[in-house]
Amino acid sequence: MPQYSMHLDANGLFGRFGGRFVAETLMPLILELQAEYDTAREDADFQRLLAYFQRDYVGRPSPLYFAERLTEHFGGAKLYLKREELNHTGAHKINNCIGQILLAKRMGKTRIIAETGAGMHGVATATVAARFGMSCVVYMGTTDIERQQPNVFRMKLLGADVIPVTTGTGTLKDAMNEALRDWVTNVDDTFYIIGTVAGPHPYPAMVRDFQAVIGREARMQIFEKEGRLPDSLIACIGGGSNAMGLFHPFLDDDMVEMIGVEAGGKGVETGKHAASLNGGVPGVLHGNRTYLLQDGDGQISDAHSISAGLDYPGIGPEHAWLHEQGRVDYVSVTDDEALEAFQVCCRQEGIIPALESAHALAEVAKRAPTLPHDHLMVVSLSGRGDKDMVSVADYLGEKSQ
Amino acid sequence: MNNASRLDRCFAALKAENRPALVTYVTAGDPGFETSLEILKGLPAAGADVIEFGIPFSDPVADGPAIQKAALRALESGQTQARTLEMVRTFRQQNTETPIVLMGYYNPIYRYGAERFLSDAARASVDGLIVIDLPPEHDDESCLPATEHGLDFMRLATPTTDANRLPKLLGNASGFIYCVLVTGVTGCNMPNPESTEQAIGKLREHTHLPIAVGFGIRNAEQAAEIGHFSDAVVVGSALVDCIEYAVTPQVAIVSAHNLVRELAEGMFQARAGSA
Repeated sequence: MPQYSMHLDANGLFGRFGGRFVAETLMPLILELQAEYDTAREDADFQRLLAYFQRDYVGRPSPLYFAERLTEHFGGAKLYLKREELNHTGAHKINNCIGQILLAKRMGKTRIIAETGAGMHGVATATVAARFGMSCVVYMGTTDIERQQPNVFRMKLLGADVIPVTTGTGTLKDAMNEALRDWVTNVDDTFYIIGTVAGPHPYPAMVRDFQAVIGREARMQIFEKEGRLPDSLIACIGGGSNAMGLFHPFLDDDMVEMIGVEAGGKGVETGKHAASLNGGVPGVLHGNRTYLLQDGDGQISDAHSISAGLDYPGIGPEHAWLHEQGRVDYVSVTDDEALEAFQVCCRQEGIIPALESAHALAEVAKRAPTLPHDHLMVVSLSGRGDKDMVSVADYLGEKSQ
Repeated sequence: MNNASRLDRCFAALKAENRPALVTYVTAGDPGFETSLEILKGLPAAGADVIEFGIPFSDPVADGPAIQKAALRALESGQTQARTLEMVRTFRQQNTETPIVLMGYYNPIYRYGAERFLSDAARASVDGLIVIDLPPEHDDESCLPATEHGLDFMRLATPTTDANRLPKLLGNASGFIYCVLVTGVTGCNMPNPESTEQAIGKLREHTHLPIAVGFGIRNAEQAAEIGHFSDAVVVGSALVDCIEYAVTPQVAIVSAHNLVRELAEGMFQARAGSA
């Protein structure tokens, strides 16, 4: 019996985390989605179609690249980058979107909605909606619209309506609230493509399954290159979909260490961060029980991160469970540390990582130098940083003044 | 009738009068503690039969703009679960008959400690709870424990709730059934009266509990139309708007109570001629 990989119960709970905490209007929709997903998962035609689009449309498998210069730079562990940034649309997000839109099509839905933070999930959703001829509405907070302009324009080019969300701090949490309000209003024709391993069951498990292609490939690739399992895996975590996708196929391999990197913003001790596990407590939001940033009265706090994709006060429930089980080590890095690692990656490898992925690299910078040369470390390079040029330029300008 | 809850007694009395109940929703602490308490205290005299008192939450995903803003006003003025319960206790010093139902989302209750909240609510003479994001799939979280504390636990039946699901939905429900006839958030469009009659007829095949219709009802005329078929009519966003648009706290109190008076008049008209 696998110890960690098959832990979900019938109510969608990973231990006490997860579940289906939604309004009654949505409950039948979620049950219908679950039934459809359960059928599709066992359907060879669906799996063939998914594999076809992953290969010829997304461009999978993504390479597992030996980062020779970064390895030398840090002078310790042997570093491999799982190059999710080379996927179509430039991040891991499309792995999930292509799976969910095939489900939407099976269910006869014609309208797609999504929330987005950095805009990568919004772009990936707009992309698959265009490919399958469906209308698409993306909710995006006004703060994020400002700091991720290129992605807003990409979504519009792809035919999506980008609806600015002004409530709260105008970030990912608020966008998700609005997407849920849309879904509860348009129940007949609309499919909600959630972008991360959060939300009501079956989303956390379903999104994980679609993202697990990352870990399955990495596992085969590291065996091809090194003939053995890696010693550690590192990925950044907002909601946690790229991390869950990389980790899941290795969960039952006790010898593989896993590290999830949360956004520490200006530092967890300052209160201005997005580190739900390191700075939050359990609660219920957006359909699932998980660790949340909240005050003593259960009001959700605003998250803070330079990375829009990590700027969320919650985390996928399976991560919350793995945290309490002690299977995965969850740490945080600050904006400053992420920006430093961002620049090192640009200069050493000629790869401009997303600010999200730079958080994983910042943890690599801390660990790799302390580890032996035969330590194999796989890092999820979840997205590319083209979208972040304005944020980074602003930040570096600010620092130099 | 000693064991009957306040809600049971209220609906039994109204049935005898052949009049639908007026259920009024306001958010606790909106726009501030004192004003909200005055609004609360005056609701029964203005004609409210049942009071839904909203527990403000930062992320009310089932609510439209009116109630979202009400929650923000309440939170900015420092409202907490403890203060909400304090308001109910104060209200009960002068009124022991009007049922009060707390309505909100699960996280503030969970953070307070679900068991502690239920126990404190029961001691404050709260009559029941409506927790939007606790479907029957999670009945062991608060619904069953609430019943043990003598609190009714209301359920929403929605347009997506099909006949197969109703037995599960209604199984542990008590107090009344909150029937939502349109898909959407609070403050959306009003349901049409014909579909109201049909939907209520279907629900009655599955439950003996009183049926309240809410979402989108804003004035006395609409309330009377819906109340012709239902056991209760819920008005929320329109009342909350009175508070938002008021230029002073005193205006908020007066205009909210005036709207309740008009709505109550509608309740008296709902079945006129059909008795």
